[in-house]
Amino acid sequence: MTALLTADRLVKRFGGLIATDNVSIDVADGEIHALIGPNGAGKTTLVGQLTGNLAPDSGTIRFAGRDVTHLPTHARVRLGLGRSFQITSVLREFSALDNVALALQAHDGHSFRFLADVRRDRARRAKAQAGLDAVGLGARATTPAAALSHGEQRQLEIAMAMAGEPKLLLLDEPMAGMGAEESQRMVETLRGLKSRCGMLLIEHDMDAVFALADRITVLVYGRALFCGTPDEIRRHPEVRQAYLGEDGA
Amino acid sequence: MDYLLIQVLNGVQLGLLMFLLAAGLTLTFGIMDLVNLAHGSLYMVGAYLAWTFITWTDSFVLGALLALPATFVVGVLLEMTVVRRLYARDHLDQVLATFGLILFFNDLVRLVWGPAGKSIAVPSFLSHTVQILPGVPYPAYRFALIVVGSLVALLLAWLVARTRMGMLIRAGASNRRMIAALGVNIELLFSLVFGLGAVFAGLAGLMAAPIASVKIGMGDDILILAFVIIVIGGIGSIKGAFVAAMIVGQIDIVGRAFLPELLKAFLPPASASAAAPAISQVLIYVLMAAVLVWRPTGLFGQRT
Amino acid sequence: MIERLKQPRAIVTALLLVLLAVLPLLTQAFDQRYLLSVGTRIVIWSIAAVSLNMILGYGGLVSFGHAAFFGIGGYAVGILSAEGIQSGWIQWPVALAVSIAWATLVGALSLRTRGVYFIMITLAFAQLVYYLASGLEGYGGDDGLNISRSRFGIIDLRDKAQFYWLCFALLCGTLWFCGRLAHSRFGYVLRGAKSNELRMTALGFPVFQVRLVACIIAGAFGGLAGILLANEGAYVSPAMMSWVKSGDLIVIVVLGGIGVRFGPLYGAVVFFALEELLKPFLDLLHKGWGEYWQLAFGPLLVIVALYARGGMASLLRARE
Repeated sequence: MTALLTADRLVKRFGGLIATDNVSIDVADGEIHALIGPNGAGKTTLVGQLTGNLAPDSGTIRFAGRDVTHLPTHARVRLGLGRSFQITSVLREFSALDNVALALQAHDGHSFRFLADVRRDRARRAKAQAGLDAVGLGARATTPAAALSHGEQRQLEIAMAMAGEPKLLLLDEPMAGMGAEESQRMVETLRGLKSRCGMLLIEHDMDAVFALADRITVLVYGRALFCGTPDEIRRHPEVRQAYLGEDGA
Repeated sequence: MDYLLIQVLNGVQLGLLMFLLAAGLTLTFGIMDLVNLAHGSLYMVGAYLAWTFITWTDSFVLGALLALPATFVVGVLLEMTVVRRLYARDHLDQVLATFGLILFFNDLVRLVWGPAGKSIAVPSFLSHTVQILPGVPYPAYRFALIVVGSLVALLLAWLVARTRMGMLIRAGASNRRMIAALGVNIELLFSLVFGLGAVFAGLAGLMAAPIASVKIGMGDDILILAFVIIVIGGIGSIKGAFVAAMIVGQIDIVGRAFLPELLKAFLPPASASAAAPAISQVLIYVLMAAVLVWRPTGLFGQRT
Repeated sequence: MIERLKQPRAIVTALLLVLLAVLPLLTQAFDQRYLLSVGTRIVIWSIAAVSLNMILGYGGLVSFGHAAFFGIGGYAVGILSAEGIQSGWIQWPVALAVSIAWATLVGALSLRTRGVYFIMITLAFAQLVYYLASGLEGYGGDDGLNISRSRFGIIDLRDKAQFYWLCFALLCGTLWFCGRLAHSRFGYVLRGAKSNELRMTALGFPVFQVRLVACIIAGAFGGLAGILLANEGAYVSPAMMSWVKSGDLIVIVVLGGIGVRFGPLYGAVVFFALEELLKPFLDLLHKGWGEYWQLAFGPLLVIVALYARGGMASLLRARE
């Protein structure tokens, strides 16, 4: 496996506070790498640096064979760094299909066409439908996004992120606010998409993390405490103490 | 030099009137997030009520003192019947509804007071002139406007900076959810603030009446100027409204007074004096556009 | 197509368009020439309202200065006419070019602001044009300017019926374009940005440029309405673009149904019909009440804003 994304010794300070302290993390092609840690551990700050919303004080980020440390967000997106949002942000007035179709359009450009009817663009609609099918929303294509359940909106988010055919998908708490059943469906969706791209999964739902992740990195107080397979994580005493709680999980 | 001084004073006086009108607008805007186009109607209603009470009591001061609480009542009634339902709506709904209220008030006033304009005489005890500098006379009524306007501006500054209601207003302008968390009766607070804004608008209307005239639609154009002022100043900022009102007052008056001379260099005298008021208005809107391009939330507005 | 015709809205739209298409024949048959001039105004205002709907309805950009385009289109024609250039082939393209230039300038500056500030800055720019026109002493100043109608050679704009049909054809073209725009790639981005601007930006769409182009398109059609309005009355004046007219345009768009293709047409018909009908109706109830028709119309707008957000279009929608 070759590393798709490599973050090397990222440091980010806010005033006197060190939010990420020499954090290194890498994600391989086709791998699901989960990032866990208590609130305030620096997960959001790390994601911000990976997406390009925050500039690291020191350290480097390489993605798809290039140094992207100083590239703006949209340039990274163009290189294949997709993301889903922590807060559900689908276009509520649009149907599920149109949401994905718009994401496809963002990817292929050409927004200054005024007369051709997009509803007659069969190829694009078929592609959007396939995107919905891939996340299990195929039957909900014509439903307005606002009428979808919370879980379905998150699924739709994933479909929109996948429309850009990313090499790597950053998933920021995709299970947040979901019930057990919805979480289970999301786990299956993500497992189904695994062959198409690498994923960096930030998630609190430990059942989902252990079910999905190939590797897990534990972030505590801005430091990468440990990185290993789910089994290694389960056995690691320091991790159990610091994060999973002393009586284990 | 004397002429310049008098024009600057006229600008201050117009600015203070505009500030009274803008103050209520910026408060309702800032804490209730309400675009109230009907604010100019309250300015008009205040002036008409003053005309009625002044005619009835035959005293300017007594009439004015009766008109202010009456305008307050109109404002609070308007808030309780219609405006209250608009706070949670988007700005487009607010524009539409309060635009409807303008039409309503214009015709209501026509029905009650008739289509002809009214005039309020300058009270006799203020119909002389005062010497602002030795040998420079200035109309006493305009001077009184400056005095009253300044006092009310100070009162408002005190109200906002020093009282509990002012504290709530400031808190509300920066964070609407916070006042709810303080356990305040929001409905009552909003009614009071709206009523207070109505009183200030009515006061501006009745004070302007002797130098302008009392007529239907008198509030419509001045309302737009008041909006310009609160946008330049930054929505919700009393200080911003004051600074902007002063600037706009000076541009308007000084522009009218001095542009004709300036324009005569390029234009025949008749068209120069005709074009000057229009150009001074244009300058005001150019200023507003420039401020918004430079600072998209106004001079003293909250950054978002 | 057949299915669509079963919807009340489609039926009403079709009937309305047919009625408007034959209006000159009806007014001639019943000798109601006044009605034709009302009809002409409805059609011209509809064009302006459709153009406002493109940015307000689809883009969510509440422009409170759209009547400025009445004035810009109108004055371009008026000033050229006063300078002795009567040909419509010159007047109209110049007027459209000026409208587009103004829309570009106003859009580029206004779109930097959001929300209320956008409402107010568009209003300010319209007021600026208003006062500029009042200051044009050479072209009538406050009193406005009488002009002679544009000359085209092939049609005679002085003929009321011919002029009406020209306006109606242009309205149909505007409606057609608006319908296509709404479902084009461009239209989807414009509507997407109304729904969730941050998300559209995050997806990588050039939201600012799309909105600017929408403002320019709307400005061009607004200017067209101004050209027609100047020719309708053979007269231009600053009053064409007072802020109240901008308010009227918003009222028409909301009354008809925001973001619905034919909404502005319903809105304009209802707006002018109310104006023409409320007066005699109130007079019928009680002599003299008609004069105070806005006493009823004002609260009606309040009720629409509070309780009938979808406007006429939602009243006409098929029950599900």
